[in-house]
Amino acid sequence: MNTHVNPPARIGEPLSRVDGRLKVTGHARYAAEHPVADLLYGWVVSSSIAKGRITAIHEDAARAVAGVVEIITHKNRPDLAKADSAYQEQVAPPGKPFRALYDDEVQYSLQPVALVVAQDLETARYAASLIKVDYEAAKHNTDFRIAQGERFMPRRKRAAYQPPKNRGDVDTAFAEAAHQIAGTYHLATHVHNPMEMHATTVVWEGDERITVYDKTQGSQNTQTYLANVFGFKKENIRVLNPFVGGAFGSGLRPQYQAYLATMAAKMLERSVRLVMTRPQMFSHVHRPEALQAVSLATDSQGHLTGMRTEATTATSRFENYMETVVNWGLMAYACPNAEADYTIAPVDSYTPGDMRAPGAATGMTLFEIAMDEMAYEANVDPLEFRLINYSEKDAMHDTPYTSKALKEAYAEGAAKFGWDSRSMAPRSMRDGSELVGWGVATGMWDAMFQKTSARARLSANGDLLLETAASDIGTGTYTILAQIASDTLGIPVEQISVKIGDSDLPMSPIEGGSWTAASAGAAVEATCQSLGKKLFEAAQKVKNSPLADAKIDDVRFDYGRLLSKTDPDKSVSYGEAMAAAGEVSIEAEETVSSGISGMISQMRKSRNTHSAVFAEVKVDEELGVVRVTRVVCAVAAGRIINPKTARSQILGGVVMGIGMGLHEETFVDHRLGRIMNHDLAEYHVPANADIHDIEVIFVDEPDPEVTPMGVKGVGEIGIVGTAAAVANAIFHATGKRLRDLPITIDKILE
Amino acid sequence: MNRFSYHRAGDVAEAAQMGAEADTRFLAGGTNLVDLMKANVERPTRLVDISRLPHNKIEELPEGGLRLGALVTNADTAYDARVEQRYPLLSSAILAGASPQLRNAATNGGNLNQRTRCYYFYDTATACNKREPGSGCGAINGVNRIHAILGTSEACIATHPSDMCVALAALEAEVRVEGPGGARVIPFADYHRLPGDEPSKDNTLQPGEIVTAIDLPADSFTENYTYLKLRDRLSYAFALVSVAVGLTMEGGKIAKARIALGGVAHKPWRVPAAEALLEGQAPSPELFGRVADALLQGAVGQGTNDFKIDLARRAIRRALRQAAAGTPQSQTDKHVA
Repeated sequence: MNTHVNPPARIGEPLSRVDGRLKVTGHARYAAEHPVADLLYGWVVSSSIAKGRITAIHEDAARAVAGVVEIITHKNRPDLAKADSAYQEQVAPPGKPFRALYDDEVQYSLQPVALVVAQDLETARYAASLIKVDYEAAKHNTDFRIAQGERFMPRRKRAAYQPPKNRGDVDTAFAEAAHQIAGTYHLATHVHNPMEMHATTVVWEGDERITVYDKTQGSQNTQTYLANVFGFKKENIRVLNPFVGGAFGSGLRPQYQAYLATMAAKMLERSVRLVMTRPQMFSHVHRPEALQAVSLATDSQGHLTGMRTEATTATSRFENYMETVVNWGLMAYACPNAEADYTIAPVDSYTPGDMRAPGAATGMTLFEIAMDEMAYEANVDPLEFRLINYSEKDAMHDTPYTSKALKEAYAEGAAKFGWDSRSMAPRSMRDGSELVGWGVATGMWDAMFQKTSARARLSANGDLLLETAASDIGTGTYTILAQIASDTLGIPVEQISVKIGDSDLPMSPIEGGSWTAASAGAAVEATCQSLGKKLFEAAQKVKNSPLADAKIDDVRFDYGRLLSKTDPDKSVSYGEAMAAAGEVSIEAEETVSSGISGMISQMRKSRNTHSAVFAEVKVDEELGVVRVTRVVCAVAAGRIINPKTARSQILGGVVMGIGMGLHEETFVDHRLGRIMNHDLAEYHVPANADIHDIEVIFVDEPDPEVTPMGVKGVGEIGIVGTAAAVANAIFHATGKRLRDLPITIDKILE
Repeated sequence: MNRFSYHRAGDVAEAAQMGAEADTRFLAGGTNLVDLMKANVERPTRLVDISRLPHNKIEELPEGGLRLGALVTNADTAYDARVEQRYPLLSSAILAGASPQLRNAATNGGNLNQRTRCYYFYDTATACNKREPGSGCGAINGVNRIHAILGTSEACIATHPSDMCVALAALEAEVRVEGPGGARVIPFADYHRLPGDEPSKDNTLQPGEIVTAIDLPADSFTENYTYLKLRDRLSYAFALVSVAVGLTMEGGKIAKARIALGGVAHKPWRVPAAEALLEGQAPSPELFGRVADALLQGAVGQGTNDFKIDLARRAIRRALRQAAAGTPQSQTDKHVA
């Protein structure tokens, strides 16, 4: 074996992305970029009405266009599964999942009503423009405020939903309070809008076999779904998603482009590609609009004595999508009396779904604006207010945390931000003509762990192949898995190939909930440890092995060798070990899961990430122009595998949080039941000019209990609370308490 | 997108002749037209590519003005040393719009002829008199945050989205056009039109007419000017309200004033009587307030854009202050001067 030039990577090092070069050179292929011979192209015709029935589809003109292969509608679609259960994949909420082109019913605006399949994209697009659809419109409602009249709590709850738990006597607490506040807070509908449009390329392999390149956060979830819906044998479907151009949750459920492309491929026995347009990206999953009422009460010193929070989020008419919205404040703060209620209200739209920190980004953020109001009402510094109401344990479930270094996050964040030079009074800080405001908010998210498998194969030349069906939606999964293997087995990253994003690989759940680093990471670590054990056994078989008397705990794996920890001169190279065992390669496969003990521990202890977000705004009061000039986000998220990719996750979350605070919202014409700003020119996310200094701090939070590697995950925590810190900073700057997000120029001037 | 033929014009006369025929569109930078074709809003059967025509220079005019070729890109115009020095208001306005990539492709003529960003104009599933005359206006009583407060009609409340044109209006540029009927010059104020009952017509070009150049007068504003743009994020968004101001100051008093508003009407909005209020006067908040009132006389909100009247009033006062003080708005530093 050669002497390695590069040292192995270590967990905790800021390793650059191992797939970075592929991405910047364009060699990383996304779902619509895989070359396929004899490919057909699809184009979706979307409904112009929000609710009703299709009475006629005039497709003669489109069929007459040379190059059009087929036009698929509910009238000529192939046979599909009948039971709703076939359409309910891993993340489907209770209800009747949407089935595109299934029948003549229109359930939401921009619903697919026809699919044109043609020899090339241009022909498909042109022919689609010639299709005219007649409808019989029915009365719809897309106005969430009107939908409040239909609020309800479904009997069947979504699996991920956690109900709130009340405590104490809230009415008495409010009756006896020294200070109290009450407010109703609103969050606009957000649309995920990853850079890469939803796209699927289905390769017809013949003989009822397909290979599917899909934009998804879970190749195996899409595989199961397509098998169930279209009646393929599961083993005849292979789904690949080696690269995903962002998703934020939009790729958790298989979206209709995967369904339609597969439908066309099956019907025509041809390979088919389908890409959504940007406007069609507004026709499926989104973060639901939310209304949340919060009342808080304190004693004369500012100790919380009562809290009450009620929230309603939007769902569709056909599925009951629920989020955990109201629990966060009850968990976060010590307060003897607290109650919460949560309902959903249906509108005629597609079903909302998980979008970066679902539930917490809404509920914790809105609650944290109320916390700021309460701090001012009680005349306590907003950071001090959070500290005096700090809860070491999960105050709602009355359970200890596996770890909670939020106090440290407050302290380190405040120090970096310079919070102690803040003056309390609104409108008291200025920079030239601008008002300056400093706001703080707390963020919380779950630290989750999912059963995951991985496989590793070490070749005699020292190359390591890692395999798991996990996804990398741009977060850095490739990089951290390589890094964990590199550290565990002492192999440089350059000699490690990571294969993910393929349903044929060892089982991995959808990439969501910030659990991939903890779960796939642990699977890779366990697999590499198992492989290391086999190597050790082989090393002991080497003739006159210097490790013959050693125990596995006495050796370390480094630079392609097993070395005695006490005497590094005693070592065996991996090549020598394999030769002694007569193997050209050594393989291991392991599955990690929380198991029974983990499940018991989960009931006894709470597992969460926390953050302290500090924001500075400068407001031109005459014109209503707000600039977020500084953000410090201090995160307590257990062990950080890679501070560089982790920082990028927090940066992205903070940017998205600034967008939540100032920019993102859909404009719906309720007469039409249609989102009108359905493109990125008019649906605003922050531009570079909106983003200034963002400082990310990871506080030390050792936690051997939370997950096998002590990892909590960082994909979502960055967005939680950020918009509240911005809104609270705007209050501090202007004295205006704005409870309706996003805070746009007109609201500042109101 | 429908199917179309493509023809590269050899000279202006050929282009004008072809352009006069039905369903033909001129293609230059394509930054707006091609998007609209993808959205099925524009459905030409023929594109006449004028991008190789020789109107691609910036030239001195004998009386001291500057001629901007219609095919010079927005970026080359904004960064031209003569424009930067003599017409900083124009440079500033161009740089307030779009993105560097778009400005590198978009041409001056195309900037004048870009179409509204009205949501309903862009969405062929909805009613729009500009896109489909007689179909109605979806924006009235609909979502109209970015719509007009001045000069609207019962048929249309769309705005013209350009930043560059707001500065050109304040500079009193002239548009040189050539068509089947020969060449003519259109004062900038007469180039774009109000929607009236023919909102499908954005401007006063006759069939086949091509913009060949924009002439800037010798008289410019190099000290007391500003382009102030307010929008829903700090870059890469169309104006909710923008204000171009050029002042000539003499002994502490305003000798000449030109003001144009963007984002509020179907064309850059000018009110000569409001400008006249400033002439011979010393700058004062009270005076600027009266000018704002005069500019916004007759402004009507459409529902979700009601806030724009107040926003425009504030923006006008601020822009006048910036211009009078000689502290123009930077387009890179988003702190409002």
